[in-house]
Amino acid sequence: MNDVQFPTAATARPHPRGTAATAALLMLGLSGTALAQEAAPATLNSGDTAWMMISSVLVLMMLVPGLALFYGGMVRAKNVLSVFTQCFGVAGVIGMLWVIYGYSIFSDTTGMEAGVVNLHSFIGGFKQAMLANIDRASLTASIPESVFATFQMTFALITPVIIAGSFAERMKFSAVLLFTALWFTFCYAPLAHMAWSGPGGLLWDWGILEFAGGTVVHINAGVAGLVAALVLGRRRGYPHVAMPPHNLGFALAGAALLWVGWFGFNVGSAVAANENAGMAMLTTQIAACAGVVGWLVVEWLKAGKPSSLGAASGALAGLVAITPACGFVGPSGALYMGLITGAVCFFAIGWLKRKLGYDDSLDAFGLHGIGGIVGSLLTGVFASKSLGGFQDIEIASQVQIQAQSVLFTVLYCAIVTWVLLKLTGLVTRGLRVSADDEQEGLDQSQHNERAYNV
Amino acid sequence: MKLITAIIRPFKLDEVREALAHVGVTGLTVTEIKGFGRQKGHAELYRGAEYVVDFVPKVKLETVVADERLEATLEAIQAAAHTGKIGDGKMFVTTVDQTIRIRTGESGADAL
Repeated sequence: MNDVQFPTAATARPHPRGTAATAALLMLGLSGTALAQEAAPATLNSGDTAWMMISSVLVLMMLVPGLALFYGGMVRAKNVLSVFTQCFGVAGVIGMLWVIYGYSIFSDTTGMEAGVVNLHSFIGGFKQAMLANIDRASLTASIPESVFATFQMTFALITPVIIAGSFAERMKFSAVLLFTALWFTFCYAPLAHMAWSGPGGLLWDWGILEFAGGTVVHINAGVAGLVAALVLGRRRGYPHVAMPPHNLGFALAGAALLWVGWFGFNVGSAVAANENAGMAMLTTQIAACAGVVGWLVVEWLKAGKPSSLGAASGALAGLVAITPACGFVGPSGALYMGLITGAVCFFAIGWLKRKLGYDDSLDAFGLHGIGGIVGSLLTGVFASKSLGGFQDIEIASQVQIQAQSVLFTVLYCAIVTWVLLKLTGLVTRGLRVSADDEQEGLDQSQHNERAYNV
Repeated sequence: MKLITAIIRPFKLDEVREALAHVGVTGLTVTEIKGFGRQKGHAELYRGAEYVVDFVPKVKLETVVADERLEATLEAIQAAAHTGKIGDGKMFVTTVDQTIRIRTGESGADAL
C-alpha cells in the first residue's frame, strides 16, 4: 500500500480521495491529513488507468443493458420498454447534472477539516461545477481525474435507477425524471460526499467502512425505493392479480450482466490495479456464489422449489452485501456474508413484504435495502483481522459505527426522499399514471411504443 | 364421424400425438389455450404476493375420426394424457355431419 500516491500535489488543490483512499487510509490506520501531508507528488500509472477505464465501462454495462434487462424482464410485457426508457432517460439527465454540479458537490473538499462537523461535512461546494479545473493533466491518485470523474459518474447514474425497481409499472415518466434528478442532487451526491470525500466528511469521520457503496448506493436506493413504493401505493390489482415476469430469460441475462459489471463497481473502487483490488475481486466473486446458495437453500426448504429468479436474486444479494466490505474482508468473511445475506433477502422478499403489504414491484428494497443493511453491519464484523479481514478494528465498536451510519442513512434518505416525492407530485400533478394508462401499460401510455409487434 | 375435442396438459402433447398415430389418426389440430376446471382457486405465492391462478395453460386437440375408430381414439388419448392428478383435462365428443377435402373434393370418411 505504501506506493499509493495521493493527488494533492498534482494540481495544487484539494482532491477527492475517492474510495481508494478510504480503503488505503483505513487499512494503514492512518489519518487522512497525516498521509496527505506526507504524500509524494502523484504520477500517472497506466495500469491503474487502464483498469479504471474498464471498470467505468463495466459499471455502465450494469445500467444498460444489465439493470434494464433485469428489471425489464420482471415487469409485464406492456411495461418492458418503460423500464428501458427510464434507464436511458435517467442516465441522460443525471449525466448532465453530474457535469453541472454533481461531481463538485460530491468531491469538492473546500472547508473540510478532519473531526470538524460543518456544512461541508454534508455537501461539497461548487468549486468544480461544470468540471472546472479538470484538464488532461489532472490526476486523482494515479489515474487521470477525467477517468475518476467518469467512474464516479457511472455510480451516480445507476443508483437512482435501482429505485425504479420499486415504482415500476405505475409512475409517470415526467415524475421519474424529475424525482431522480432531485434525488441525485439531495440524496445521492451528499451521501457520497459524506462517505467518500475524505477527512471532514461526516461518515468518513465516524470511521465508516464503505468500500464501494453499501450505504451510499444500496441502502440509499433501497430505502428510497421503499418510501416510493409507500408514497405511490400498490399497483392496481396487487397482490391478488398475477403479475409474473414477462420474460425470465431477460431477467436472468440482466442479472448475469450485473454480476459481471459488479467487478467494475467493487474492484474499480480500489481506484488502482493493485493487491487491494485483487482481494476485492476475489471476495466479490465468493460472495456472489455464496449468495446464490444461501437464497436457493432457503427457497428450496421453504417454497419447495429453487427458482431461477431466486438464483439470480441470490447472486445479487451476495454482491450487494459484499459491496461495502470487498476491500476489507477476507475470503471466508465473503463466504459467510454472501450466505447470510442470500438467506435474509429471501425472507425480506418472500415474507416481510407480504407481512407489511407494500408493493416493492421488483424488490429494490428487499434486495438492495435489506442486503445493504445486512452487508454494512457484517462488514464491521468480518473486516476484523481476527475473522480473516484486513482491518485492525474491535468488532463491537466497528459494528456500532456501521449501525450508526446505517441508521443515519436510512433516516436521512427516507425523509429527503419523502419530501422530494411530494414535491415532484406537486409539479407533475400526481406521481402516478391514470388508472387507464396503468391498465394499458406504460409502454403505450407513456412512450407510444410496443415492445412486441406481431 | 365424430369430432373429439380434448383438453390436456401441455407437456402430455407428444405422448398423445404418438398414441394417436398408433391408432391410425391421420389429422390433428392443436391450440394453446388457457382455462380452468376443478383446479379453480389454486393459489400461488410469488415473490411475496399471493394470488389466485384463474386460468391454467392447457393444450386443446381437435380431431375428427370415423365412428368405428372413436373408442380406440378416446382410449388412446386418455391413456396417454393421464397422470391421475387434478388437471388432467377432459374430452368432448361431437357428431360431425360432413367432411370435405378441399384439394380433391372427396367427402365423408374418405376425406379424413
